[in-house]
Amino acid sequence: MLPCESVRIYLDHNATTPPLPEVVAVIADVLTGDFGNASSVHAFGQRAKARIDGARGSVASLIGADPNEVVFTAGGTEADNLALRGAAESLDAAGRRHLVTSGIEHEAVLNTVKALERRNWSVTILSVPPSGVLPPEALRAAMRPETSLVSVMHANNEVGTIQPIADLAAIAHENSAWFHTDAVQSAGKVPVDVKALGVDLLSLSAHKFGGPKGVGALWIRRGIRLVPQLTGGRQERNRRGGTENVSGIAGLGVAATIAREKLATSGAKIAALRDRFESGVLASVPGTAVNGERDARVPNTTNISFDGIDAESLLIALDLEGVAISTGSACSSGSLEPSHVLRAMGLPMSRTRNSLRFSLGPATTSAEIDFVLDVLPALVTKLRGLGRRVAVVR
Amino acid sequence: MRVVVAMSGGVDSSVAASLLAEHGHEVIGLSMQLYDQRASPDAFGSCCSLDDLHDARRVAHAIGIPHYIVNFEEAFQRTVVRNFVDEYAAGRTPIPCAHCNADLKFASLVERATGLDAAAVATGHYARVDYDEEGGRYRLRRSVDREKDQTYFLFSLTQDQLARAMFPVGHLTKPEVRAHAERLNLAVAHKPDSHEICFVPDGDAAGFVERHLPDEPHDGAIVDATGREIGRHKGLHRYTVGQRKGLGLSTGSPMYVLRLEPDRQRLVVGSREELGGTTLTASSVNWISGAVPDAPTRVTARIRHRHQDAPATVEPIGSTRLSLTFDTPQIAITPGQAVVLYDGDDVVGGGWIDAT
Repeated sequence: MLPCESVRIYLDHNATTPPLPEVVAVIADVLTGDFGNASSVHAFGQRAKARIDGARGSVASLIGADPNEVVFTAGGTEADNLALRGAAESLDAAGRRHLVTSGIEHEAVLNTVKALERRNWSVTILSVPPSGVLPPEALRAAMRPETSLVSVMHANNEVGTIQPIADLAAIAHENSAWFHTDAVQSAGKVPVDVKALGVDLLSLSAHKFGGPKGVGALWIRRGIRLVPQLTGGRQERNRRGGTENVSGIAGLGVAATIAREKLATSGAKIAALRDRFESGVLASVPGTAVNGERDARVPNTTNISFDGIDAESLLIALDLEGVAISTGSACSSGSLEPSHVLRAMGLPMSRTRNSLRFSLGPATTSAEIDFVLDVLPALVTKLRGLGRRVAVVR
Repeated sequence: MRVVVAMSGGVDSSVAASLLAEHGHEVIGLSMQLYDQRASPDAFGSCCSLDDLHDARRVAHAIGIPHYIVNFEEAFQRTVVRNFVDEYAAGRTPIPCAHCNADLKFASLVERATGLDAAAVATGHYARVDYDEEGGRYRLRRSVDREKDQTYFLFSLTQDQLARAMFPVGHLTKPEVRAHAERLNLAVAHKPDSHEICFVPDGDAAGFVERHLPDEPHDGAIVDATGREIGRHKGLHRYTVGQRKGLGLSTGSPMYVLRLEPDRQRLVVGSREELGGTTLTASSVNWISGAVPDAPTRVTARIRHRHQDAPATVEPIGSTRLSLTFDTPQIAITPGQAVVLYDGDDVVGGGWIDAT
């Protein structure tokens, strides 16, 4: 039996979010009613196609884009892969094979960049100051004549900091390099406008804002030509082969519509709860500090280090109390690794191991925050006492 | 009672966790990730130990307990792997599993358990622990299944650790454990036992040592007991005491490794008769009772996991060392291995063999 079955508090919305009821409804609706293959000529196919077209319009509206520039993928990772690999392959011919990214990127970008490095691209990975915000000057200094591609995330998944994308993209463009941003953690949480950001490629993922898993999108500015990475049928205008995930795409569309409607109000409400939680922890637990800049952040995220504890232990102890949170990265087995993001921000090794991420959602309640503020100090005290005792014995 | 169970993904710890849950304990499964399991970035295939962690997770889900994979990579590297390589470099033949239990597993798990308010730590080891009212001490005892007994790897447990330890399969035979697994419909019921060293899955310990110590000498003399050179060896880490095969000698009679001399990079070989020894000294000694015997004591002693313990007299040297004399010569007493002392089924203590 799981302990505390009565209490389950979910503060891990940067990992994934519960699908909205409207999303669940439309997915069920498509699966039962509009099961056709969107490539089919007949009425079944047309209805499926209409579902996809509707969703494309919704996603485009969320990011201020033209629907024709949106390509659906099987999630944020595929969108990042299509953006970077597709761009690199397209840019290969011109011979400018240098790309710049930041050390705080999601692994979907970092590991794709490393794969390109093994294909004779030279790569610069920029470290970031402890603020968690990449200074535009750092990018400027890294640009070379042969730099043709820059990828910097919009909002960081671990600390929530928002990068100065418009400034960064302008620097890339001065050098006629393409600019990609991974907006998986910002789309649906804060306003994202591709024109205001001035980017060329933008990735987003449905399940980070109330949509289903396994579906995402890449926005490709008109004029940017990518080489397709999934070859097959002519779906997505030859940009991504494979029978469309119609129900998932419809779910993404509904999630995008709802996110857009609520953007103006939901952010401030979540930020107020987050700030209350954060100051509550800082006040009640000594030896705590917030990682990264506190102003330029997505409203739902806080990343806090707890001196003298092991993040993994605190995470498990909280889970046994019914509180779901996370640390930075999990490795292939599911166990935890020191955060590469905090390391790239130049934080000491100890802090990469004692930091926890709390990410709230639209449904997070004040009572839930109170509960966590209530149980957290005692758990930290117990784990700290343990560390000291063991240290003395050794 | 809240109990932390160390789940390896094998049948023994899976049954241990299941039995505790059946008995109404609040069981928390922990699996330890001990070394880097990332496959090479360019290719992927099946990684056996990663599969083991997934097996543990599946079992935990099937029996309805929370399960966490905890990362001990750094500590494992620092204690077990480092020690393994250093021991080979020092001309000894280590047993990493015993070091892992001694230096890492129990200490770490007891600490984690305390942090999680768990009263006990259970593993799937074949061993028994009980409290001796008379002596006021915890006892570590051989498992009911003598063939499977793993007390040889547990000699370093302290009274504090034994007070928190549970070995739920120690009262069962291996066939009984498998029968429980079948009854409970566990996916691992027919999984074969693992024998290899977990971080050397290909069994090539010498290759592993060479990758970690590329400067280790790869050549030296093979001499007989009189010091006469009769061949060349390929690096001392490739040999262990008692080894006969792979020496590349063309003497008339079979020759065995008698000892490794790292100072002179020499391998000393001789006949099977010369391989027998009666005395040894050991260090890092742990006395299970927590009290060092104040006089020479009669015990039976094991010098390898697969060694039938033999009668001997042990004499403590201070609190952390011992000397031991067997009644009759024992084959291949090997530095780096453990000597574990028994009084009937009770483990008296043990230590790491230094010299013969």
